[in-house]
Amino acid sequence: MVVAAGPAVSAGHHHQLYRPGDTVVHRLPPQCKLLAAAGFAVAVVATPRESFWAFGVYALLLAAVAAAGRVPPGFVLRRMVIEVPFVLFAVAIPIIGLGERVEVLGMSLSEQGLWAAWNILAKATLGVVASILLAATTEPRMMLLGAQRLRLPQLLVQIAMFMLRYMDVIMDEMRRMRVARESRGFVARDVRQVPVLAKSAGALFIRSYERGERVHLAMLSRGYTGEMPIIRDLSASLRQWGTAGLLPGLAAVTAVLSWSLS
Amino acid sequence: MTSHPIPSLEVSGLAYAYPDGTQALFGVDLSIGRGERVALLGPNGAGKTTLVMHLNGILTAGHGSVHVAGLAVCADTMKEIRRRVGLVFQDPDDQLFMPTVREDVAFGPANLGMRGAKLDRRVRDALERVGMLDAIDRPPHHLSFGQRRRVAVATVLAMEPEILVLDEPSSNLDPAARRELAEILKNLDVTVLMVTHDLPYALELCERSLILSGGVIAADGPTPALLSDRDLLAAHRLELPYGFAVPAV
Repeated sequence: MVVAAGPAVSAGHHHQLYRPGDTVVHRLPPQCKLLAAAGFAVAVVATPRESFWAFGVYALLLAAVAAAGRVPPGFVLRRMVIEVPFVLFAVAIPIIGLGERVEVLGMSLSEQGLWAAWNILAKATLGVVASILLAATTEPRMMLLGAQRLRLPQLLVQIAMFMLRYMDVIMDEMRRMRVARESRGFVARDVRQVPVLAKSAGALFIRSYERGERVHLAMLSRGYTGEMPIIRDLSASLRQWGTAGLLPGLAAVTAVLSWSLS
Repeated sequence: MTSHPIPSLEVSGLAYAYPDGTQALFGVDLSIGRGERVALLGPNGAGKTTLVMHLNGILTAGHGSVHVAGLAVCADTMKEIRRRVGLVFQDPDDQLFMPTVREDVAFGPANLGMRGAKLDRRVRDALERVGMLDAIDRPPHHLSFGQRRRVAVATVLAMEPEILVLDEPSSNLDPAARRELAEILKNLDVTVLMVTHDLPYALELCERSLILSGGVIAADGPTPALLSDRDLLAAHRLELPYGFAVPAV
């Protein structure tokens, strides 16, 4: 079936990271967006940390993508919580860093550490925002179809596909096991209950494994030979590649300029 | 209906022992003519699932043979056999593994090399036959259990099988979903082998029944006759539900 490479309308709830829409960014084929995001990340990482202006340009580029995809800032900010562990790590570096110290607000901080922290923080933040924008405008399964299209290893793509499909089924099974435990008076109060939970986890693993075997049989019964047939026509036009190329293209120019100016 | 020269399914002398030595089938003989709807009845552990696994070559016969529309099940014919035998598994979550109904129904025919508008037509047609065309772009896990089972039937119908093999089609369905599925199955123009414990369902849908017990076909005849024979049923751990009587023909 020839389906335009746009966001497929599916009823029901959506993945938390995805924000349904029908913008230029949403309509781009997933493989273009995946490559664009990866290219952008490479350009950001390749930029010298002293080029503050370049990071400003990157932020503006992402803001432009967000505006084009109608992704509100609040949506992005809430999902940036995932970065918190890195932020904590970055904050710690100037305090525990070695080398020359500088006084900031009465604290003695390592100058090298400050630079390293800034470097990690700026680059990680740009990368995280780019990923959030990618996820917000691309349905998870489209992302996988894009990955398949980009010839990422079949096996990995298929594993991710099944994870996506069976996550709910397994969570449901887990919930049923919990209900069954609690119906018989089990309460996880402290460490002594760990063996019971561990056994439940083991049972869940075996159940999932057996389901995997049954699914494999069902696939074989319908002619599976190791490769997922490509059912959707996801080919991208040159124009779509051009549009998607704007982000990594401009980022690459910025990165080159930052080196030649520094 | 059995007058068709080549039966849809022909099993002769089929015996099978699992690798651990447990013998599950001791020489099964059966023949199903084109267009017939046949129920395969039997208690748990009778070898029903083992037999079903032989029909499309997931298990290969230790002894004896299986022919589907004249074609023997063996390694060389596997691809064609799997197209001809449509297996509908008991748990639709095992059968529906793709992200959307459309992709799932397309999986089989796409593996047969079908693409484009032809594939699209095949998918829509199969979903239409089970009354699930409206759900074409929905993820399977957002459908009700009964709807998922109907889509599971569609995934197999899309391969235009010679014979549809259903494993416990009525299990876990509420009464309305059970009746809806029966209506769909009655209207399909395809040979059906239905593996079930649900004797009233067999009576409703299948003119003929086989009883598999102890790894052999213990009885083969018109469903009303078999189900009226209390002694026969009792001998094979089969029972009609409380209050149910086979209507007089």
